[in-house]
Formats: sequence, C-alpha cells, structure tokens
Amino acid sequence: MTTSALVQLFYLAAALLFIASLKGLGRAATARRGLFMAEFGMLLAIVGTLLQQQIVSYEWILVGIVVGTAIGTPMGLYIPMTKMPERIALSHAFGGLAVGLVGVAEYLRLGSAINTMQIIAIGAEVLFGGLTLTGSLMAFGKLQGILPGRPVVYPLQNVTNLALLAASLALVGWLVANPSAHVVFYAVVGIGLLLGVLLVIPIGGADMPVVICLLNSYAGLAAAATGFAIDNNVLIICGALDGGSGLILSLMMSKAMNRSFVNVIFGAFGKVADTGPAGSASGPAPNVGSIEDAVEVMRAARTLIVVPGYGMAVSQAQHAVRELANVLAAGGCEVRYAIHPVAGRMPGHMNVLLAEANIPYELLYDLDQINDDFQATDVVLIVGANDVVNPAAKTNPKSPIYGMPVFHAELAKTAIVLKRSLNPGFAGIENDLFVKPNAMLVLGDAKRTLMAFTAELKGGGH
Amino acid sequence: MSELEGLISPLYIFVLAAIVGFQVISKVPALLHTPLMATTNAISGISLVGSLVAAGSGHGVVTTVLGTVAVAAATVNVVGGFLITDRMLRMFKKKPDEKAAKPSVTAGGQP
Repeated sequence: MTTSALVQLFYLAAALLFIASLKGLGRAATARRGLFMAEFGMLLAIVGTLLQQQIVSYEWILVGIVVGTAIGTPMGLYIPMTKMPERIALSHAFGGLAVGLVGVAEYLRLGSAINTMQIIAIGAEVLFGGLTLTGSLMAFGKLQGILPGRPVVYPLQNVTNLALLAASLALVGWLVANPSAHVVFYAVVGIGLLLGVLLVIPIGGADMPVVICLLNSYAGLAAAATGFAIDNNVLIICGALDGGSGLILSLMMSKAMNRSFVNVIFGAFGKVADTGPAGSASGPAPNVGSIEDAVEVMRAARTLIVVPGYGMAVSQAQHAVRELANVLAAGGCEVRYAIHPVAGRMPGHMNVLLAEANIPYELLYDLDQINDDFQATDVVLIVGANDVVNPAAKTNPKSPIYGMPVFHAELAKTAIVLKRSLNPGFAGIENDLFVKPNAMLVLGDAKRTLMAFTAELKGGGH
Repeated sequence: MSELEGLISPLYIFVLAAIVGFQVISKVPALLHTPLMATTNAISGISLVGSLVAAGSGHGVVTTVLGTVAVAAATVNVVGGFLITDRMLRMFKKKPDEKAAKPSVTAGGQP
C-alpha cells in the first residue's frame, strides 16, 4: 500500500471517530467515551499527516506544538466555568488565525501553479478565517467588558457590510483571472479582518450567545474551505460538522430569546425602546416576605423547582443552592432544577455551572421537559432569574419579550423570588410575576439569603 | 470550467458530512451544549493538519513561519479544547450515592 493511501485511511478513521464522538455527546452517560474517541481521532489525523512525504522537516512543527501546548494547557485546566463563553470566543479566534495563516501560506506555496478551484477555496478560507479571528476577538472583548457591551450602530451599517462582502467576491473573481495579483489577495484578507469587526460591533452583549455559536459556524466553514484548497477530506468533514453544529446552536438560541436569527445578525438589540405599559407600575405592591416566612413555606413543600438565572452564577450562589436542596431533599421534598436555554451566557452554560456545584445532572430539566409540571409544584424558587419567568411574555403583546418561551412559574402554589432590591431587573422590564398574590419576594443578596434558608431549616427542623 | 470539476467530489463529502453532522448534533441535549461547543472547538483544531504541512514542507521562510504560528494556534485549540471538555464532563455526575458523603470543596467564592 502506498503511503498516501495509508494516510487517507488514517483520515477516514479519524472522521468516523469524530462523528461517533458527537453521537456520544447525545447522552451524559456516554459523553466522556465520545470525547476519548475524538481525542483518538485527532491523534490518528496528526500521525497520518506526519507520515506524508510532503513533510521534510519536523523542528518547526515541534516548536509550534510545544508553544501551542504551553498556551492551551492552562486554558484548558484553569479557566473558571463562569468564563466559558470568553474562553470559547478566544479559541474561535485561535481557530480563525490558524486557518487564515494556512491559507496565506498555501497561496504563497502554490504560486503560479494554483488552479481555479484552489484560488476560490483559499479566498474563502482567508475571508472566513480573518472574519472569525477579528469577530471572535470582538466577542471576547464585549464579554470580558474590555469593549462596550452595548450595540454600536451607525448609518448604512448593513449596506457597508454587504458592499464589503460583494467587494471580496469580486476580488476573488479577479484572482481567478490573475492569481499572482498579491495585492488583491491581501485585500481579501484585509476585508475578512474588517468584516469580523463590523459584523460583531452592532450586536449587543445580551446577544453574544448567538454570536459565539455563529462564529463557531464560520470557523467550521473556514476549515472546510481549507480542506477544499489542500484537497483534504478530513478537514472538509470536520469543517462541515463544526459549521453545522454552530448553525444549529445559533438557531436554537435565537429561538429561545425570541429573536429571529436575521434580526440578531442585522438589527441591533435595544432598538425596541418602546416597552409599552408594563402593567405593574400602577398595579398591586409586591408581597415581601422574611427568611422565616419563606422557610415556613418551603418546610411544607413536597415538590420544589429551582429556576436559576445568571445572577446566581455571578455571586457563586450555586453551592448555596445545592446545600439548601440537600437539606430540603433530606426532609423528603423533591427538588428539581428548570434550566432555560438563555439562563447562562452560552448554550448549556447553566448546566455546567450547576454540575460544577455537584448538582446531579439528572435533576436538571429543559424548558420542554419541565414546563408542564409547575402547576403541580408546591414551591418554585427563583434565584437571579427574571425574564425567563415573566408571564408578560405570554400575555402582554407590548412587552419586548412577548413570544419568548418562558417557564409557567406563576402556576406553582408559591413562587419565592430572591431579589436584590425592588428595582426592575437587568433588562429593565417589569415582571408581573413578582406582584402576583402567590409570589413572595425575599430581598437581599441571593447567596446570603440561601444560606440563611439552610440555617433556618436546619435549626428549626427535626 | 474543467478545472472546477475537481470541486465536485469534495463538495459531495462536504454536503454529506453536513447532513450527518446536522442529524447527530440536533440530538445532543441542551444539558451538553457547552461541552458540545468545546468539543467541536477541539475538533476544529484539525486545521492542524494543514498547518503541519505548511510548517514542515520546507517551502521558504515565510511559509514556514506562517505554518509554525498556525501549528501553535491549532494546538492551543486541540489541547485546550479536549482538556476543558474533559473537565466539564467529569463534573456531570449521576444522583449521589457514595458521593454524598464527600463534602464539596469545589470553587469557593467570598462568604
């Protein structure tokens, strides 16, 4: 068997292992096995590549791998789970950088021997690679608070972006006719870099989950383009998997936020300034309860659902939640968790944060899985969540979140809401749930309140 | 146009892989979406394959330098992506049995 056929078999095995690994991620019980398959697949792909006769020297490869491992290892081991979105954004940037550089290197290597397909593929590669690099850095900056999280808008924004996109296509066309026009090639690279900045700058911090998923998709497309350029099937397959995954997740997140995908991409969030009469401004005053009041209700409860929001994670209150849940469960109360898709800062983020606090994943339920159970639930405990339990999403067509899928928390016998103060929440949207007769607000820092609940339950209990 | 015929077979692979990927990934529950993103991130480090060729094929200084930086960037994703996914997946535990005895000593935070 020739070496190149052997290499192709390595790649085929790697591709199959990657697909199997994603299948393994379909269930928590098989997820780790899936991850090992992906790792093995990656090893096969790398070994296969190193067997290629094209590779004549290994010292620079070694340098790259050592440097990459030195940066990647702490990024993998020490970044806190709350910073996952930032980390993912940053690694998309690394992915875009790698692909973009390979594109440029390939262009220089092929020189005048380049064919039409290669120049088109390399053009797409550097365009997507550049866009992913700067777009991800922008997303990182917004998440990290280095850049303003609010949308930055200016006139003719979408027209400018579309014009740049059209210009890049025209330039690739020029390169097809005249592949050695280096200036034109670097102009395509430049447009890619510029587009990444311009596409992310008008998107607000609240929409970053969608953007991160979308950048995942772009990174995939860039990798697939590399595969076309260097005729490498495993790159094409991985690019397609990555692109598909990012697209699915960004569509899911848009749906969960009640934003059309197109609206997230082209319309800056925050334009819906007309909140309309929220109803509660002149309505009844909320029912504020003490620690003891809330504990009395919880002590009688047989079923309780916790609805966590990002505020809980920020104050590291998830451990306090688990301790409270342990005490309640010991008293015979069934405790479960209702996780909204947008509860964290990226898809599935809240699940990871709760899992980190040793909360078993079997107790974490999706919107669809648990939403019919609220009616038969004694207590719903809302910790740092607001919009996702706002009934206005179902009842008030004037509300900016109208149509967003929310939990039917108001149907539970009692809703205990942990809130810092009586001010409206982060989004500034009034929440009708808080003034319902079956709602009880407990004011103060969520973590302290939860710890006080636990202490009171232990102290006054059996 | 004949040059573009080379496009057809990779296009087949791309489209079929995209369909398989869409099927498989749409079955991943929301519970595991963050690990999914971290895994696809690590898998996207497959661009390492292209970077290795650029860094090691000896086609001049510029290509080698670009390739070496690309190898480093892709390796960051492979190593970092797999490590962090493993860290996350190890946290996804079943209901407590013997684990309950062990007090939580994970991430602190201020009192």
